[in-house]
Amino acid sequence: MELFTNQILAGIATGAIYACMALAVVMIYQAIDHLNFAQGEMAMFSTFISWQLMQWGIPYWGAFILTLAFSFAGGIAIERLLFKPLAKAPILTNVAGFIALFAIINSVAGLIWDFTIKQYPTPFGSHPFLGSQLISTHQAGMIGVTVLLLIALYFFFQFTRIGLAMRAAASVPESARLVGINTSWMIALGWGMAAAIGSIAGMLIAPVVFLEPNMMGGVLIYGFAAAVLGGLTSPFGAVIGGFLVGIFENLAGTYIPGVGNELKLPIALALIITVLVVKPAGLFGRPIVKRV
Amino acid sequence: MTAMLNVRDLRSYYGQVQALHGLTFELNEGSMTTLLGANGAGKTTTLRAICNMVRSTGSIEFEGAPLAGRSTENIVRLGIAHVPQGRGTFTTLTVEENLQLGAITRKDRANIVSDIERMYDHFPVLKQRYTQQAGTLSGGEQQMLAVARALMLRPRLMLLDEPSFGLAPLIVRDLFKILGKINREDKVTILVVEQNAQLALELADQAYVIETGRIVMAGSAKEIANNEDVRKSYLGY
Repeated sequence: MELFTNQILAGIATGAIYACMALAVVMIYQAIDHLNFAQGEMAMFSTFISWQLMQWGIPYWGAFILTLAFSFAGGIAIERLLFKPLAKAPILTNVAGFIALFAIINSVAGLIWDFTIKQYPTPFGSHPFLGSQLISTHQAGMIGVTVLLLIALYFFFQFTRIGLAMRAAASVPESARLVGINTSWMIALGWGMAAAIGSIAGMLIAPVVFLEPNMMGGVLIYGFAAAVLGGLTSPFGAVIGGFLVGIFENLAGTYIPGVGNELKLPIALALIITVLVVKPAGLFGRPIVKRV
Repeated sequence: MTAMLNVRDLRSYYGQVQALHGLTFELNEGSMTTLLGANGAGKTTTLRAICNMVRSTGSIEFEGAPLAGRSTENIVRLGIAHVPQGRGTFTTLTVEENLQLGAITRKDRANIVSDIERMYDHFPVLKQRYTQQAGTLSGGEQQMLAVARALMLRPRLMLLDEPSFGLAPLIVRDLFKILGKINREDKVTILVVEQNAQLALELADQAYVIETGRIVMAGSAKEIANNEDVRKSYLGY
């Protein structure tokens, strides 16, 4: 029984990371209707930036804030330079763009920081959380940050004008222009926010998986699984999906014989396909009601 | 009366296909003008061209300022509200959010709440449904929402693309009554494209008839309504 609760708690903790990635995925999906395959690499690159800043002597939280700002600006720059010209291009062109971006960022990170594994600090420490052996302070911190992020996003989208404008631009772009919204910049803003959210995920997971250019590969697949499970149109669903995928991954790894660590990734993929077949809108995605 | 909107030699294209062949017309400030024409004559294209939603040449001036080269959202910010064909409802958002979006470019935030209340006075059915996802509204309700959303801009000029489309006759009467009121009381200049020519001519001061991308007739609504060709082609008697 203790093993069971242990695995669930650990699942929630890793799920927090998937939740962050899923949030980033959902942000861009809402803005441009595509899954950004380079999301994980963008997060990895941001994490390297924060690591570099800390190497230069900037304290953790200072580096954290600077990295958020860098990622936000970087996300906007990528959209303006690469994906704005592709806005009207067919889906395959966009996919090619994402894959190119993936390869470029991965190689550039390797070029600058090489492929050796680096230690990455945690601001929360790695002591037992509240004296419990089940979960560490870092894991508790990851969960806390994810929940805070979700709450902040909820308020942003529900109660600010710019959040409403972003939702409108995602909902019906032409009508959004007809009420005076600059939809093109709303997309750029979505990219900036997604990049910043992704960087948080990267910085939180780096102490667990260690820092190296390929650190986000598996995480992104789980992030996709989480986003699909929760519903690609729902930030709340993405977070719940993240936690569920984390728990599921851990339980499957522990209790299903033969899965172990090696077969965890196919489980995420199986989950994606199952959800898409059984409930394409995901658990919390809004099935769009349309009357004609 | 001065011309608020001045359109000269407007030519619009969808890819290689030319839809407007040199349209020239003007709208007087405070007027209500209707644009009549058969399907495919270019009515919708004319409205879309004013908001730079279709590739066009020629000149369009709004209150003396040329609109050429401005993006759709910039044109809207000048005070031109466009109720598009098909209503353009933000179906996934609530009714109230749709109304707030109409006012999203306005700086005078304090007045927005009272303006929403005014829209609920004009269209009580929207008040009953204000937390509802707008996509669940009936066609008529969505049309009212679209008009209300456009009014939330506090526009100087309002472009309406077949507001009566799909509405029951009684509701159409109501809608046009409200449009007339807005035109008179709020001094909003209105350009309305209508299939229901009779009703449109009753309420409008000015009318233009458009055929295959050209203006073929212009005059006061009364003159146009009495014209024999118009009666035969558009009024059916």
